[in-house]
Amino acid sequence: MFDKFVAWFHRMGSPKWFYEITGRWIPWFGAAAVIFLLVGTVWGLAFAPQDYQQGNSFRIIYIHVPAAILAQSIFFAMAIAGGIGLIWKMKVADMVARSCAPIGATMTFVALFTGAVWGKPTWGAWWVWDARLTSMLILLFLYFGVIALQSAFDSKQSAARASAILSLVGVVNIPIIKYSVEWWNTLHQPATFTLTEKPAMPVEMWLPLLVMVIGFYCFFATVLMMRTRNEILEREKRTQWVQGLLSKK
Amino acid sequence: MDKTGTEQISANTIGEVKSQVSTWRAFTGTLKRDLLLVFRRRSDIVNPLLFFSIAVTLFPLGISPEPEFLSEIAAGVLWVAALLATLLSLDSLFQQDMADGSLEQLVISPHPLSVLVLSKVLVHWLVTGLPLTLLAPLLAVMMFLPDEGFGTLFITLLLGTPTLSLIGAIGAALTVGLRRTGVLLTLLILPLYIPVLIFGTGAVTAAANGMDVLGHLAILGAMFMVALVMAPLAAGAALKISLNG
Amino acid sequence: MHFDSFADFINMGGHGLYVWLAYGLTATLLVINFVLPVMHKRQLQKEQARKLRREQQTQ
Repeated sequence: MFDKFVAWFHRMGSPKWFYEITGRWIPWFGAAAVIFLLVGTVWGLAFAPQDYQQGNSFRIIYIHVPAAILAQSIFFAMAIAGGIGLIWKMKVADMVARSCAPIGATMTFVALFTGAVWGKPTWGAWWVWDARLTSMLILLFLYFGVIALQSAFDSKQSAARASAILSLVGVVNIPIIKYSVEWWNTLHQPATFTLTEKPAMPVEMWLPLLVMVIGFYCFFATVLMMRTRNEILEREKRTQWVQGLLSKK
Repeated sequence: MDKTGTEQISANTIGEVKSQVSTWRAFTGTLKRDLLLVFRRRSDIVNPLLFFSIAVTLFPLGISPEPEFLSEIAAGVLWVAALLATLLSLDSLFQQDMADGSLEQLVISPHPLSVLVLSKVLVHWLVTGLPLTLLAPLLAVMMFLPDEGFGTLFITLLLGTPTLSLIGAIGAALTVGLRRTGVLLTLLILPLYIPVLIFGTGAVTAAANGMDVLGHLAILGAMFMVALVMAPLAAGAALKISLNG
Repeated sequence: MHFDSFADFINMGGHGLYVWLAYGLTATLLVINFVLPVMHKRQLQKEQARKLRREQQTQ
């Protein structure tokens, strides 16, 4: 089992093999993303019961929570991929890490924006210095830092390594930031009504949420593979197989 | 290059002639050399302090000179200003050594790079963090910080500014090879400074309100320890990358 | 179905603006995220085609 995994891991390290296998995966993940997102959206918007306190504005949860989950897991994925690239000098891992950053930043922005829009009818203000929103904002800054560092280097290899170090440092810091922001928040504000902590959500409410989370993950996987494939084409454009691929169509 | 040759060069950069140098000697050697360089360029010490004072002065002018109001925001203002002053001084951490080539000598020296980085960070703290900490109580008087807060302000800055220097070293190392670093360094480092800021100001505010601050100080100390262990390693790795690209 | 009529569905119990704003922006951003790599790939293919033509002309 483990040997098989190691063999698979090594094969994934070859840009050509990665390009071919993801080419076969993308349609499946893409289709899954479309189906899950459509089903989840219709379910969440039209069929799920409304919240007894917040009414229908609660339906924003079906995009806010998946985006927030993704925003954090993409940062972890980026740091892990960056770490693999740093330790095993694996080019594909570098490209995966590089492709993660813009998607993660988008998800963080979506989580922030939907949180603000949700806050207006719930709290009566577009922005509240709520612990979750604040740490999301800091996460967005961390993403911008990684993206800025990636584009600051001339050599793609140095850019990948430098941003790998930054994202690893960021990952160590994310729990510290989260904890300190939560602590700061309780100090400055009386415990307000929080967005997501609800007394036991009924099944009809959280099932569409689960569908949406899966849909968001599939979407992330699809776009990540597309972006990584483009990175491969760009960086390996001098190789025979990439030139053949590009001129075929 | 053979082994003794490499050591010879590293030894020369730190002002030693012997070919066998212990890591401790390399540490103190780098420390002495950097301190000497700083004392020849005194503006590096004075400028962050001037920035600190001016930035603090802006707040009463920009918001309100009311003593009650100022005493409420004093801790936050002093901490934010100290943080920005540290940030702006980070450029000097590796830039000079990059320009004259001694950074490369440090990297190829046989001693662990993290130890040498640590000694550079120590110098940075001695010339920025420590003077800022010493100046802060004076500015705190002008900001009407409640009397109970003075001791805590001093201790939090004493614990917090080395953490800022350590974390900042990672950013400075990542950007040292780049042409435009100013804003980029800010973008990389400021989000990582937030926990230190929160607990630093939190402690001073708590002390000013007559509450117990031991918990805050313990967390600040823990952050310092984590940074002390991890930041030199990360900064060392970052330096190697910056020199290659 | 939770809503009685389509107008009800659009109105979202008075919170229509917020719900549709959130969903609209998210959908737009997701589509942009999908379209950008597609366009990038087309551009890479065009560049390669141009390069090939140049090489054939010089030969």
